[in-house]
Amino acid sequence: MVLAAIVLIWYVGAVWLNAGLVEQRLEQSETKATAAEFIGTALALDRPLLPAPHQVAEEFYDSVFTRDVTSPRSLVYHAEITGSATLLGFALGTVLGIVLAVGIVSWRTLDRSLLPWIIASQTIPILAIAPMIIVVLGNIGLTGLVPKAVISMYLCFFPITIGMVKGLRSPDPLQLDLMRTYSATPSQVFWKLRWPASVAFLFASLKVAIAISLVGAIVGELPTGAQGGLGARLLSGSYYGQTIQIWAALFMAALLGMVLVALVGVVERMTLRRMGAKP
Amino acid sequence: MQTLRTATTMSADAPRPASRNDDKPVAIDVRDLSLTFQTTDAPVVALTNVNLQIKAGEFISLIGPSGCGKTTLMRVMADLEHPTSGSITVNGLSPEQARLARAYGYVFQAPALYPWRSVRRNLMLPLEIMGVPRAERDSRAARYLEMVGLKDFANKFPWQLSGGMQQRVSIARALSFEPKLLLMDEPFGALDEITRDHLNEQLLRLWEQTQKTVIFVTHSIPEAVFLSSRIVVMSPRPGRILEVIDCDLPSDRTLDVRETPEFLAIAHRVRVALRAGHSYDD
Repeated sequence: MVLAAIVLIWYVGAVWLNAGLVEQRLEQSETKATAAEFIGTALALDRPLLPAPHQVAEEFYDSVFTRDVTSPRSLVYHAEITGSATLLGFALGTVLGIVLAVGIVSWRTLDRSLLPWIIASQTIPILAIAPMIIVVLGNIGLTGLVPKAVISMYLCFFPITIGMVKGLRSPDPLQLDLMRTYSATPSQVFWKLRWPASVAFLFASLKVAIAISLVGAIVGELPTGAQGGLGARLLSGSYYGQTIQIWAALFMAALLGMVLVALVGVVERMTLRRMGAKP
Repeated sequence: MQTLRTATTMSADAPRPASRNDDKPVAIDVRDLSLTFQTTDAPVVALTNVNLQIKAGEFISLIGPSGCGKTTLMRVMADLEHPTSGSITVNGLSPEQARLARAYGYVFQAPALYPWRSVRRNLMLPLEIMGVPRAERDSRAARYLEMVGLKDFANKFPWQLSGGMQQRVSIARALSFEPKLLLMDEPFGALDEITRDHLNEQLLRLWEQTQKTVIFVTHSIPEAVFLSSRIVVMSPRPGRILEVIDCDLPSDRTLDVRETPEFLAIAHRVRVALRAGHSYDD
């Protein structure tokens, strides 16, 4: 239902937005058109303002299934490049996020001194800082995948830190008192209480983080003039006014994001079931 | 075992109340103990001038209305709170030394099971922390689950158990590392009457079998009279001991003992003592 409504609105929007282009064309060729012809033209433009859903679907199908997956015309090729940067950035961001959270929970001074910096880091627009990261890393010889992964990490560690700080602090006083009566060491309290108690929080933040790290990887591809990746595809599309190509790439990005979030969801369900969560 | 040795040397100078545990060493010795909580508005006096000597093997109930400091007193014994003044020894050691020597098992008001661990692994938690070898952990878990009648539930998770079963797991967990002393803070407070009666009887049998020293916080008079060898009646504002009542019901008693005149007489004494505490308050 929702999908049908969206498609319908999209078609109406496509006709409405492309009307100007169609009128221009009719004026140039000095021909008249019926309403049906008018709409037909509006939905079949080469470079429409807003491509119609079937145009995007066609382009998507073409560039996913009919191209060689190693060719730069294939969306699979671009998705793979962006996907690997996303996963590397996500892995780095997860490690960084957890390390920061553990530090914040374990040392009172870090709690006060680190958190403002972490929050500040997230208020800087990524588009401003991304080119600098790429230049700096390029200077020390890191190009290609790594700078994109770093930008992705920069964006995605934040929800993990916030989630894990909450998770590591989630044990109630009773559970902590219990550890005290056993005179457990701090590391035992961590591994046997704080860490398992935070797992549910960790997965909730991982789902947010993986979506963000995909955005980070795409953003990282924009200012680099990268040859491959969904970001590069978006950029080249907008250079040449290939709106259909842009939309197809956007759909690929959305699909990739959905798959990644679903993967995290599967791992989450398996882990939590092993930890005795209610089915 | 070091704790036991020092406890024996302590008994020489301890006062000797008339009790059938007369010849036993002192397990807990509380002298002139006071504790004041510093809160933001006004200091709260939780305990004043508490004196109490508990012999090894006794079953002591601390009874009194909310806010009389009974839980606080027990938390002091467990080194979870620190007294403002006075002294306390547990098995002849300071509470902190006793805690580090893992001298006591603590059963909280709520079961405090870890939801990500199965019943069996919850029971093994203290054993893991104390570095008990794996084979020994397994056999102890089996033994104590059997003792509380839950061996068929070993691989269930806490949420699959009723409240009463969860509390039995938490008792088994406190027993699993075989402490000499069991501190129980209203362990059956949240349970229904029927489950509570049943667990009371089980606990009594357990106490007879294991000869542990048990300190038991409650605000149920019948529960206290049924279980205890001595009842410590406490009163709030400020928290203090009003009276210590000996309770010498036959050791093989069952729940039926609650209908006997002896039982009712002791229950009456406890009630009178509690009421005396209240008139002070008015």
